[in-house]
Amino acid sequence: MTDTELQPALAEIRDDFLALTMKERLQLLLEFSNELPELPPRYAEHPDLFERVVECQSPVFIFVEVGDDNVVQLFATAPAESPTTRGFASILAQGLGGLTADEVLAVPDDFPQMLGLSQAVSPLRLRGMSAMLGRTKRQVRERMHG
Amino acid sequence: MAVETDTSPKFAEYAHPDRLVSTEWLAEHLGDTDLVVVESDEDVLLYETGHISGSVKIDWHTDLNDPVTRDYIFGEEFATLVGSKGIDRNSTVVIYGDKSNWWAAYTLWVFTLFGHEDVRLLDGGRGKWIAEGRPVTTDETDVTPVEYPIVERSDVAIRAFKDDVLEHLERQGVLVDVRSPEEFSGERTTAPAYPEEGALRAGHIPTAHNVPWAKAAADDGTFKPLADLNDIYREGLGLNDGDDVIAYCRIGERSSHTWFVLTHLLGFEGVRNYDGSWTEWGSAVRVPIVQGSARGEHVSK
Repeated sequence: MTDTELQPALAEIRDDFLALTMKERLQLLLEFSNELPELPPRYAEHPDLFERVVECQSPVFIFVEVGDDNVVQLFATAPAESPTTRGFASILAQGLGGLTADEVLAVPDDFPQMLGLSQAVSPLRLRGMSAMLGRTKRQVRERMHG
Repeated sequence: MAVETDTSPKFAEYAHPDRLVSTEWLAEHLGDTDLVVVESDEDVLLYETGHISGSVKIDWHTDLNDPVTRDYIFGEEFATLVGSKGIDRNSTVVIYGDKSNWWAAYTLWVFTLFGHEDVRLLDGGRGKWIAEGRPVTTDETDVTPVEYPIVERSDVAIRAFKDDVLEHLERQGVLVDVRSPEEFSGERTTAPAYPEEGALRAGHIPTAHNVPWAKAAADDGTFKPLADLNDIYREGLGLNDGDDVIAYCRIGERSSHTWFVLTHLLGFEGVRNYDGSWTEWGSAVRVPIVQGSARGEHVSK
């Protein structure tokens, strides 16, 4: 995988993580977790629109919006008691938000493995983030053809 | 010097009252010399969002498991780990965690593999502490590392391997499957709402009783009173003193909770935790499996 294939926002997140020690990476993940935005009012009232990421240990729900300009926004909600899952969702929301649908679909499936988090949070837990990315892409495809 | 035990009447009923402390007791004893408070959670970042002042974190996955072999860390790594947390061989260790102490019990069980004598659980865990409005902090705990001796792990008494379970079956020993009814019957191989952790077959070990681990916990995450636990395990399963019991789940964490209940609250002496559990048994070649909600029979070879 070369840098030309990773979108700048995602590459920056990856580089930020890789520049840190293991302990600092956890802190950065916590910062992402705290930055996960509240749902905008138009979705806060509509839990029915959201899809549960069942591969995650904690309850996390995502919804993908593809605008008329083909730009993607990812919305996610997860409880405060699940900071790791919130952190994963926040990374994807920040890294994918604003990309075009095609750019999101081109994000490598192993992006979660590029962040150097396997040792800090365990590969098992990282699977949750891969599942979130996979479901996000599927929703993008559905919205494109929908 | 061990820190004094919690003499709450509720704990006095249990077989080993010195294995539990209440939130009141902990609030009074925080800062005691010789006391180290440990948080162990399912979520690897939960401690960082706020923990009991002065506590240290031990993560079940990144700290206690060997990163390569499917096994626990060995004596040298354990000594380095707990020494770095300020725990010496004589420390009183009080462990608390999320989800009714599910992972805290797992950490306690691993401490027991290394024969750490004075290790206790905070009854009700993290949830009860916070529900009572007790303070948590994000301040980093200032730890003075200490020397912990290198103690060889001793698995025999409280840990069962697959071959032990096969032998246990031949001897008609008691098996307790602490997973959800759906996992027991074989409808699914993971806990509801949990990720797939790779078992090729679904069902349970023949003759196993199904007693989901959380039956031992009250709504506030504390352990149920002795009378209730006796109803569940002694009356419900017909367990008698002296019975050898093996508990299992999916990877050995939920069954650590049940191991704690049977060993320290009810006083059974021959209880082992099969940590290979369903992720091993459900993928092993030619081991007997029963599907459906009935316990099934073991046919001797």
